Amino acid sequence: MHLSNVRVSLDDGSLTPDDAIRAAGQLLVKDGFAEPRYSEAMIDAFRDLGPYIVLVPGIAMPHARPEAGAIRDGLAVLRLAQPVEFGHPENDPVRLVIPLVGSDNHSHIELLKRLSRVLMDPEAVNTLLTTEDTAAVTALFTDLQN
Amino acid sequence: MKIITTCGMGFGTSLMLLMELQSIGAKHGITIEGEALDISSVHGQNCDAIFGSNEIVKSLDGITVPVVGIKNILDKAEIEAKLLELIKSTGSEKG
Repeated sequence: MHLSNVRVSLDDGSLTPDDAIRAAGQLLVKDGFAEPRYSEAMIDAFRDLGPYIVLVPGIAMPHARPEAGAIRDGLAVLRLAQPVEFGHPENDPVRLVIPLVGSDNHSHIELLKRLSRVLMDPEAVNTLLTTEDTAAVTALFTDLQN
Repeated sequence: MKIITTCGMGFGTSLMLLMELQSIGAKHGITIEGEALDISSVHGQNCDAIFGSNEIVKSLDGITVPVVGIKNILDKAEIEAKLLELIKSTGSEKG
């Protein structure tokens, strides 16, 4: 896993789920992980499939199919200044958006495993939700490389 | 046993859930063969059970095998409890 897979942008002021997903998608685009249309595909998927992407309380993982403009495997981390209601009965409101890109059906499995491990660790989640230090967020994912 | 996990695309949360089920299965000496599929591909699949987040599986109907909804797909304890309960009720411990 490459370090540059993790992008952090703290305190974006997004207010709607679409805005939040788009802003998160832009982090991926900026780093060459996905084409701009990938963000729109993530928004379409959210509209079609619903708020199940809010995996755990406060954290959403939008994603789209590889053919929707994925370039290489990666994820980004966007923390929202204002929590956003995605419509999930239990896990709203969303404070953190972690968009995921997989370049084919299998290559991103390692990335998913690492993300699962971070999200299953309450201390790591607390860091994700509270720190002002982007390096600390990057470190959470980096440490998992070993 | 064979478990199908499902989500909107068969690509994100269903894969995470499948990996978790397999790791829990390994811990209990149960071999879980599995596949992650998008929700529209689940019908007619040959398997022992279907797992997915509550938000996803509530839209499934007409499925003949047990359908197990998970509230928090990253909650190992919940997934483990539901997997063991399923095995107990179906008696299908043999891989």
